[in-house]
Amino acid sequence: MMMDARTKRRYALNNVMLSLTGFCAIFTVSILFLILGYLVYNGGRALDWDFFTKLPLPPGENGGGMANAIVGSAKMIFVATAIGVPIGFLGGVYLSEFGGKTFPYIIRYMADLLNGVPSIVIGIFAWTVVVVPMHHFSAWAGGFALALMLIPITVRSTEQFLRAVPNNLREGALALGASKWKTVASVVVPASLSGVLTGIILGVARIAGETAPLLFTALSNQFWSDGFNEPTASLPVMIYNHAIAPYDDWHRQAWAAGLVLLTMVLLSNIAARTILARGAAPR
Amino acid sequence: MATIPEFTLSQTHKPVPSVATPSVAAPVAAVAPPKLKAEGLHFFYGAFQALKDINLQVETNRITALIGPSGCGKSTFLRTLNRINDTVKTARWEGQILLDNQDIRELDVTNLRRRVGMVFQRPNPFPKSIFDNIAYGPRVNGIKGNLTEIVEKSLCRAALWEEVKDKLQKSAYALSGGQQQRLCIARALAVDPEVLLLDEPCSALDPIATAKIEDLLISIKDQTTIVIVTHNMQQAARVADTTGFFLLGKLIEFAKTDIIFKNPEKKETEDYITGRFG
Repeated sequence: MMMDARTKRRYALNNVMLSLTGFCAIFTVSILFLILGYLVYNGGRALDWDFFTKLPLPPGENGGGMANAIVGSAKMIFVATAIGVPIGFLGGVYLSEFGGKTFPYIIRYMADLLNGVPSIVIGIFAWTVVVVPMHHFSAWAGGFALALMLIPITVRSTEQFLRAVPNNLREGALALGASKWKTVASVVVPASLSGVLTGIILGVARIAGETAPLLFTALSNQFWSDGFNEPTASLPVMIYNHAIAPYDDWHRQAWAAGLVLLTMVLLSNIAARTILARGAAPR
Repeated sequence: MATIPEFTLSQTHKPVPSVATPSVAAPVAAVAPPKLKAEGLHFFYGAFQALKDINLQVETNRITALIGPSGCGKSTFLRTLNRINDTVKTARWEGQILLDNQDIRELDVTNLRRRVGMVFQRPNPFPKSIFDNIAYGPRVNGIKGNLTEIVEKSLCRAALWEEVKDKLQKSAYALSGGQQQRLCIARALAVDPEVLLLDEPCSALDPIATAKIEDLLISIKDQTTIVIVTHNMQQAARVADTTGFFLLGKLIEFAKTDIIFKNPEKKETEDYITGRFG
């Protein structure tokens, strides 16, 4: 094939850019697989049934588990979901379906800002408004801090999925004499339910792994905590505490906790995507 | 321009005496009061004026067709009649639209839309069962009565009952395009609207489905006033009693369908009908 210099240059540039973008794409994916592999290798060896059923042991004693941290994480995620999901969902409905022009714009912008606030700052805020007045660390405070992170995520994802509902469905309901709210509640939300649920699951999975907001709100606990009013262990903080301690057995426990946490997040991701795929298929 | 209002007045139920008679009927009182009446309607999307000084009367229990090239404002006009365009943020209109001599802006908007139903260009069934689609209107409007009966009656009127009676609990999305559009008509009929607006209801359908819908329109017009926007001039000629021709936001001519198609008053109408443009 005959090629002049210009054409050759274009082919060369094309190949260079193709390789560069391809390399970056593969690099991105390989980070995930490196983390996964390392975690499975180290965590898998340390993981046993005791991890799910026993309390952490003092340094020097081998074995034990993180049952209290698993339950503690569940408690705080429950609190965060109970506060964050209704507020975030209704806020998202407002942004997508109601409101004029300027006000939603401001709220959307604020939600994005709140989303970008460093999680440690969220922790300080929750400490100030919950821990200080209550005079003790608690699952309430930890759950509250996580809720603050969950709200903007839910607002934005709900808004996004509601907006994806074709406008002709809204018009169809309005044209039948349905009020605005009735239209939203009986047509728009059901039509986007799988998407909205997916967004919520992904948001919850995201906050499940947060450490910084819990450090001085829920603190941690080497023992079971009763109810929601005591310092409460959570998987991320437990990983942190065990990883910085100078004991080999604690390091192994931290790896196991990391593996469990990551598995939970991955599973909820898969669940979310399955729901979304089911919802997208014609029913 | 100045002559336009003449065409808009007094469409009577009397047969047109002869084709040679101009469409400008004497402005005497119509036999029955008009169902809908637009007076000096101007419509704007932001700074763009989509409709200019529209005056027309829609007769009770007749089919009125609105034709014209894309972007001429006929759909905008239709969507003003049930105020569905009010949901468009930049939309604004002046003038008056009267439903049974009542300003539609003085009516409660949900009540107006119950009385003036609408079928859209693309079938828009809700992601619900066939039954729930039809029952939606009666439910949100708190209509008392046997829902099962209402659903059956509406589907019968829309000539869809035989095809779906055994699968009422199936999703409406499982129906074909033509069936979905008839479902949407049935859904609109389920609240017993006095007026039915149709915005190019057959543009996404094949000729067989189109014929079914045309038959259905003719069969329901003794109880319902129908206004249909269409790109298909044969369709207007087949079903409409009265036809209006829109061009660039103006109502150029509004007269008996026969006259519009056989002996139009205006040059623009004739050019459009004969396919010289548009």
